[in-house]
Amino acid sequence: MEQYFIYLSVVLSIIIFVPLYRVVRGPTLFDRMLGASAIGSKTLVLICIIGVVYGRIDMFIDITLAYAVLNFVAVIAISRYLRTVEAKE
Amino acid sequence: MIEFRHILAIAAISAGVFFMFVGSLGIVRLPDFFSRTHAIGKSDTLGIMLVLGGLALYLGVNVNSAKLLIAVVFVALANSTGSHALARAALLSGLKPWFRKESRGRERTP
Repeated sequence: MEQYFIYLSVVLSIIIFVPLYRVVRGPTLFDRMLGASAIGSKTLVLICIIGVVYGRIDMFIDITLAYAVLNFVAVIAISRYLRTVEAKE
Repeated sequence: MIEFRHILAIAAISAGVFFMFVGSLGIVRLPDFFSRTHAIGKSDTLGIMLVLGGLALYLGVNVNSAKLLIAVVFVALANSTGSHALARAALLSGLKPWFRKESRGRERTP
């Protein structure tokens, strides 16, 4: 069971690198922000799985909740700012 | 000794990782910003909810699994709201949706 969670964290940290392609060469600014949001919400799951592997889930779950709130506030604030910017292809 | 709920938790976590892989494949392969918003807003949210729910099922009944369920509810509200806000900002700032070449006839005003 411990082995399963370790393999799962390896697979998940490979999956996290896939939206980085869209962050590096997205055509517009919104594509980059969407890729950054996807990376953040996958990191949230990786923190939980690392907490289960270490056996300290009571500490890591608070970090997870704070990270989720931070990611949400960042996306809302940047989308409020980008509403006034002219879109370029 | 593997119990029955551990098998259910392993099935839920594996399905969640599969859905997250499909979501991050969609953000690379789809042709437009709005369709990429579709991939992140639905498939990725379902994957995160399945993995966190499977972890709560693995941990049993205590305070930590209750906090995990709070995180599931918050992610289900926040991730779709964030992608909707990004799509609305893109539409208000004048980004055109993608059409096929032959079906360009429909005019759409934001």
